[in-house]
Amino acid sequence: MRGSPSAHRPSHPAGQAWLLLMPALLVLMAFTHWPVIGTLWHSFQSTPKGGRPAVWVGLENYQVMVDDPVFWKALANNLWFAGATIPLSIGLALAMALWVNERIAGRTFLRMAYFTPTVLPMIAVANIWLFFYTPQYGLLEQVSSALGFGSHNWLGSPSTALGAVTLVAVWKEAGFFMIFYLAALQSLNPSLREAAAIEGASRWYFFRRVQWPLLMPTTLFVLINCVINAFRMVDHLFVLTRGGPDNASTLLLYHLYEVGFNFWDTGYASALTMVIIVVLVGATLLQFFVLDRRVHYR
Amino acid sequence: MRRNTFVQTLAATALLTGIAGFSGFAQAQAPVDLQFYYPVAVGGPIAKTIDGFAEGFMKENPGIKVTPIYAGTYQETIVKALTAHKSGTPPVTSVLLSTDMFTLIDEDAIAPFDNFAKTPEDKAWMASFYKAFMANSQTGGKTWGIPFQRSTVVMYWNKELFKEAGLDPNKAPTTWAELKDAATKLTKKDASGKTTQYGIQIPSSGFPYWLFQTLTTPNDAILANDAGTQVKFDDPKVIEALQFWVDLGKAGIHPPGVVEWGTTPKDFFEKKAAIIYTTTGNLTNIKANAKFDFGVGMIPGNKRKGSPTGGGNFYIFKKSTPAQQEAAFKFAKWVTQPERAAQWSMETGYVAVSQAAYETPALKKYGQDFPAALVARDQLPVSVAEFSTHDNQRVTKALNDGLQAALTGTKTPAQAMQDAQKEADRILRAYK
Repeated sequence: MRGSPSAHRPSHPAGQAWLLLMPALLVLMAFTHWPVIGTLWHSFQSTPKGGRPAVWVGLENYQVMVDDPVFWKALANNLWFAGATIPLSIGLALAMALWVNERIAGRTFLRMAYFTPTVLPMIAVANIWLFFYTPQYGLLEQVSSALGFGSHNWLGSPSTALGAVTLVAVWKEAGFFMIFYLAALQSLNPSLREAAAIEGASRWYFFRRVQWPLLMPTTLFVLINCVINAFRMVDHLFVLTRGGPDNASTLLLYHLYEVGFNFWDTGYASALTMVIIVVLVGATLLQFFVLDRRVHYR
Repeated sequence: MRRNTFVQTLAATALLTGIAGFSGFAQAQAPVDLQFYYPVAVGGPIAKTIDGFAEGFMKENPGIKVTPIYAGTYQETIVKALTAHKSGTPPVTSVLLSTDMFTLIDEDAIAPFDNFAKTPEDKAWMASFYKAFMANSQTGGKTWGIPFQRSTVVMYWNKELFKEAGLDPNKAPTTWAELKDAATKLTKKDASGKTTQYGIQIPSSGFPYWLFQTLTTPNDAILANDAGTQVKFDDPKVIEALQFWVDLGKAGIHPPGVVEWGTTPKDFFEKKAAIIYTTTGNLTNIKANAKFDFGVGMIPGNKRKGSPTGGGNFYIFKKSTPAQQEAAFKFAKWVTQPERAAQWSMETGYVAVSQAAYETPALKKYGQDFPAALVARDQLPVSVAEFSTHDNQRVTKALNDGLQAALTGTKTPAQAMQDAQKEADRILRAYK
């Protein structure tokens, strides 16, 4: 402190700002930025094995990726997975939030029930679903055979394996996103509803013209999280299908895990990581700069 | 002079290390830390038994502190062990799949047991194991792993369902033809044509290649050479074996698609499958949970008899200190002594690893009361090594993908095996 007014007008405002940002910045650098740069560097190198150190191989790891049929399969699967989980879990979350926002009997119980999947660990959830999907005596089979449908090996046939793991993801995510929608709905001004009621607006009209636009910031937030999760959620694959049968349910991150920790091919795994980073950063930037402009903030 | 030998040893060690400096003295007083990773791959109270072993060993060896660490499945355990190795602080010893041997050698992670076997007694111990188990534990003239929780695939059948189907409940199928015949009789359908009970079930998730060896071995095909550098997936005998598996499904006597490994014992308890193939490691689990009389038999043969061995070996990690490695050697030796191996076998269903274990009174009596426990041992003379090569997981994945593609009908058996061969050749070209 050099003089009394300096408390309001620091002589080096930028310097002080940097100083205040420093702790967070250091943590971010050490655990986020530096690993990304390190991964980029490793993706241009061969995998060190035993006594042989890594050597510079340029774009070879990326060439391997282009020639890797499992990578393309995982990418296609992941796009399907994202394409299904994003609208389904957001739609479901919104529907559930609107439902438990009403004054109904057992509201607290319902809210808790919807939120339960979120607090359960994914591995435990997957173990439960494994027995839901079990052919012949699993829950799903019991229901479908009671309705007179035939038996089906949900996780064991390539046509349904991806759908089955997608469903688990939606079930897991919807409850979590519901909480955000519920919070947003409760912060809406109640006078809007009263005004709409006086004007004689239908519930659908009120939702479409009042609630939905006002929920847009929440939707954007949920959307970003949902996109990230679509590329990040693979825990259940380890229990349910291990990417099988014949890679029918492999997702990008699972493939990355296999390459990195089953095959110990760290060079190629780094290249795969870069692709996932680029996809996620791209998706996030798109949402921030394109979708954000259309969002109505109060 | 001094009656207490423990104090004597301590004093001697202190004196010896005292020469190396005061820090050495401090270390000698602290017990040798023996971190030990182990996986659990079957049902039963494995962790309790392991903790009991650790306590028993520490009582007899006060200078060593064993810390058993449950590390998940086999896959999770090797990931943890190798990650720790790469970061410079691996466990001193770990039980890992016998098939991980080449991977661990390629990573320069393990030390051969020959380094520590100095006395004739040590050497006799290393020669005491069943030859079938050593096939996966030795390469290049060195012993890299010591058999511990070893298993083999056997056949379990439901005697009640055999009776219902008009089959002799005490006579299991011994050939492919008999198997197919029995399975057909054991398959039941309800009024709407839905199958309610399958005759035979061979799981194919997770590690289908291992179960596949129960078909290739009887068909007289060996999938990989001893050096782990060459595979033979496109051998007509291999394709024929896969065709047999696929045909069981096509005939409707084996569940369609990929069958989950984890739920297979439950399918057996629920009488949804009359005959299952699974590891002997599940014996105790099945004995405890099956509410009907069941039989355990050798895998049916075709051109010959046979089944793959499987399961885990002890490995010693190279980056630990010499004292720790010695301690790990001692522990492996202690825990595989006949009485302990017999106890382990009775508590888990794993195969006891040496002939001597089967001659202990405890296991002899157990075998008399429960002859099913001896089937795996009797199958050992015709057993082959579990499939393993260099870059094992990647080659194995190529085979697994091919098997699943054929079983789900996306590829013909011939096409699937030729594709897997091509992929394996590409991966293995670096090791020739």
